[in-house]
Amino acid sequence: MNALRETFKDLARYPSAVTGLLIIGALIAIAIYTLIAIPYSEGIRLWRGGEDLWIENPRNARPAWEDFFFRTRLSKTIIVSTQRGAAKTVRDLPGGMRVVEISLPFNYPYDGFPSEINLFLEAQFKEQRPYVSFTWVMPDGRRIALGERSVRANERYSISLDRQLAQRLGRRPPEIALFAAPDATVDNATPIKGRYQLQIEGLFFEPHSDIEAKLVVYGQVYGLAGTDHRRRDLMVALLWGTPVALAFGFLAAVGSTLTTLLIAAVGVWFGRWIDAVIQRITEVNAILPLLPILIMIGLFYSRSLWVMLGAIILLSIFSLGIKTYRSILLQVKETPYIEAARSYGTGNFRIIFRYMIPRIIPVLIPQFVTLIPSFVFLEAGLAVLGLGDPVLPTWGKVVNDAYANGALYKGYYYWVLAPSAFLMLTGAGFALVGFALDRVFNPRLRTL
Amino acid sequence: MQEAVSFSPVKAEPRGSSRATLARVLQYVLTRAVSLFLTVVIGVYLSILIANMGGYVDQIRKAQIREQVGSAVVADRSLRLLPPAEMRRIIDERIALEETRLGLDRPFFLRSFTYLGNALSLSLGRAERLTSDSGSKQVRDVILERLPATLLLFGTTDLIVFFTAILVALFLSRRYGTFLDKAVIALAPTSAAPAWFYGIFLILIFASALRILPFGGMVDVPPPESTVGFALSLLKHLALPVLAMLTGSLFIAIYNWRTFFLIYSSEDYVEVAKAKGLPSGTIERRYILRPTLPPIITSFAFTLISLWSGAIILETVFSWPGLGRLLFQAVGQFDTPVIIGSVVIYAYLLALTVFLLDILYALVDPRVKLGGDMGRTL
Repeated sequence: MNALRETFKDLARYPSAVTGLLIIGALIAIAIYTLIAIPYSEGIRLWRGGEDLWIENPRNARPAWEDFFFRTRLSKTIIVSTQRGAAKTVRDLPGGMRVVEISLPFNYPYDGFPSEINLFLEAQFKEQRPYVSFTWVMPDGRRIALGERSVRANERYSISLDRQLAQRLGRRPPEIALFAAPDATVDNATPIKGRYQLQIEGLFFEPHSDIEAKLVVYGQVYGLAGTDHRRRDLMVALLWGTPVALAFGFLAAVGSTLTTLLIAAVGVWFGRWIDAVIQRITEVNAILPLLPILIMIGLFYSRSLWVMLGAIILLSIFSLGIKTYRSILLQVKETPYIEAARSYGTGNFRIIFRYMIPRIIPVLIPQFVTLIPSFVFLEAGLAVLGLGDPVLPTWGKVVNDAYANGALYKGYYYWVLAPSAFLMLTGAGFALVGFALDRVFNPRLRTL
Repeated sequence: MQEAVSFSPVKAEPRGSSRATLARVLQYVLTRAVSLFLTVVIGVYLSILIANMGGYVDQIRKAQIREQVGSAVVADRSLRLLPPAEMRRIIDERIALEETRLGLDRPFFLRSFTYLGNALSLSLGRAERLTSDSGSKQVRDVILERLPATLLLFGTTDLIVFFTAILVALFLSRRYGTFLDKAVIALAPTSAAPAWFYGIFLILIFASALRILPFGGMVDVPPPESTVGFALSLLKHLALPVLAMLTGSLFIAIYNWRTFFLIYSSEDYVEVAKAKGLPSGTIERRYILRPTLPPIITSFAFTLISLWSGAIILETVFSWPGLGRLLFQAVGQFDTPVIIGSVVIYAYLLALTVFLLDILYALVDPRVKLGGDMGRTL
């Protein structure tokens, strides 16, 4: 414990190490928060739940704080529905028919146009579908008839995808034309601010029919992280990526360094043919290409993160690190205290575990710390190649999604930048601490 | 991969040229050659097993053949009118033919040794699916076609990194503790992220936002007619990947070499040389660079052979048509001959380099006892 405190005291002398420790601390805090706030099953459900779950989110929306850097106010999502208190009046007509009038009003204060407009209708009827017509009322009093249709039990009217409507509005996309002056072209249009209204008039042919309506005017921005092409909140992936990345990097680093160290120590201590065999296996292992093998496993067998983890550890057991440890351990083996231990009859494995390995730990720790991000990036790299875990949301998967959907061509920079920033922070945090540890543990710099 | 070998300076030792030494040298060289060859054999055989997933890939291939032949026969107008039994027979016949062509009719265990023999004798055979742009199915042609692209990209970068790093490191090691030294060293943690990661950023800045450099690829489409235009286009496409790789590896290389030179320049004999009042140029060349030559040679040799494997992710991010992408495509299409071909060449290059280095060490540093410490290899 004392040694640990000393180490921290030494580290605190390096500002870079303090920065690194703060970053790592923040990442761990995020990871713990995520595990508590969004439990595993919930995280998977949110990320893999399909479009229904996120239907009220805009597609490819930027993060809300991007507004901050510009003068203009980008639009946020507006939802008005009869279930949330929009006015609905029902009149009975003679002959069992009913007339319903729904008004969905909303205030539009933004400088940007909506990205999409959808109307969701839920109708109750036995046999005869209700017949409804929609009218759009603008702040300047203009009334635009959107259309009419008979409604199924669950109807989705994608106003912004209505081609006929776009034709009628002067070949302008409805989400622009419905918010702009009548003569404005697509390029110079600005939204008219004020109170809009969607009026729905329905004709029911059955006495107990009813209808609920929900209008979603999708914004250009959403949340702190924005959304992806499937309307998912990227925050879920960014948050969940943290514990996954940390766990992956840490386990891979532990698994590979500890086994490597143990094998090197066993080889050095027993020497002779055991050492020779270990040396040869290491050389064979150096020929095997790691990344192609991982790609093969991903393609043929399983893309699960944990299978990849196992494969990485297996392939790095006999890594070239053995050679480095071996050269140090060879010196340790000749030290007097080992000879003393041997002279009073200490067992082989006690010497290896209690006397040899602890001596090399200081050399190991800086390497260990710098190894963690390299595995995190390896996982991200596999994900970028399209071999990411099929279920878990990870940072690499987000970058891959962004790439596959042309985020860089279309200018959705946030989609790439946010996960990259997390990856960068992880890399920088561990690297800063690792480099400082190196100087603390190996005062005479390091012998390459 | 830098080496854990530390040498101190060369002392002039009389070299014995007795017959015993020669015999020992020969014996050592032979043992080394045999042991390295065995390493290559085992490594390549393991790669063959892995690339075929212990025979599992055969099942995938058979299923693919079945599907392809089936749909080809069904789509064939002249065969469509045949009775079902006849059609079945034709399909089976063609499947058998295709399986024989790919050697799938023999058990995998036997075939794996044929593969091994072919691979080791460098008769790389024919690719199963991939073709070179010129249309050849020879693995040799497929690989050779991609080689220039990888050599260009990685050769440029590695040479820049290697020489810049050594020169800058030597320069900094003499100005230890100055602001410049600290600034460069503070940048060393950039190595935590791999080159492809910086690549994404660079694409975002220079291709996507500023639109001054291309997103990826090697030359414009269509390639410019004139030589000058072609070279310019090549340079334009080369800029971002090279910059990405430099960001990922230059500073850590400087850091490592600087540490290395610092250790050597704090040796007693350097202090003595300084005390004697030797000019700093002489100290640098004769007292620092000379004893550090073996590790520098090692590093350079490994840099050279690392060219061979290319970089799968970086080349994918930049759509660079190099060996890394080839390997990725080959894996994606189960094209084992191409995978094995690429692995076996790498294995040979690696073994050859290690072997030559062993001999070279003995030449550069007479204190490395030949035939003595066998463990100090690679």
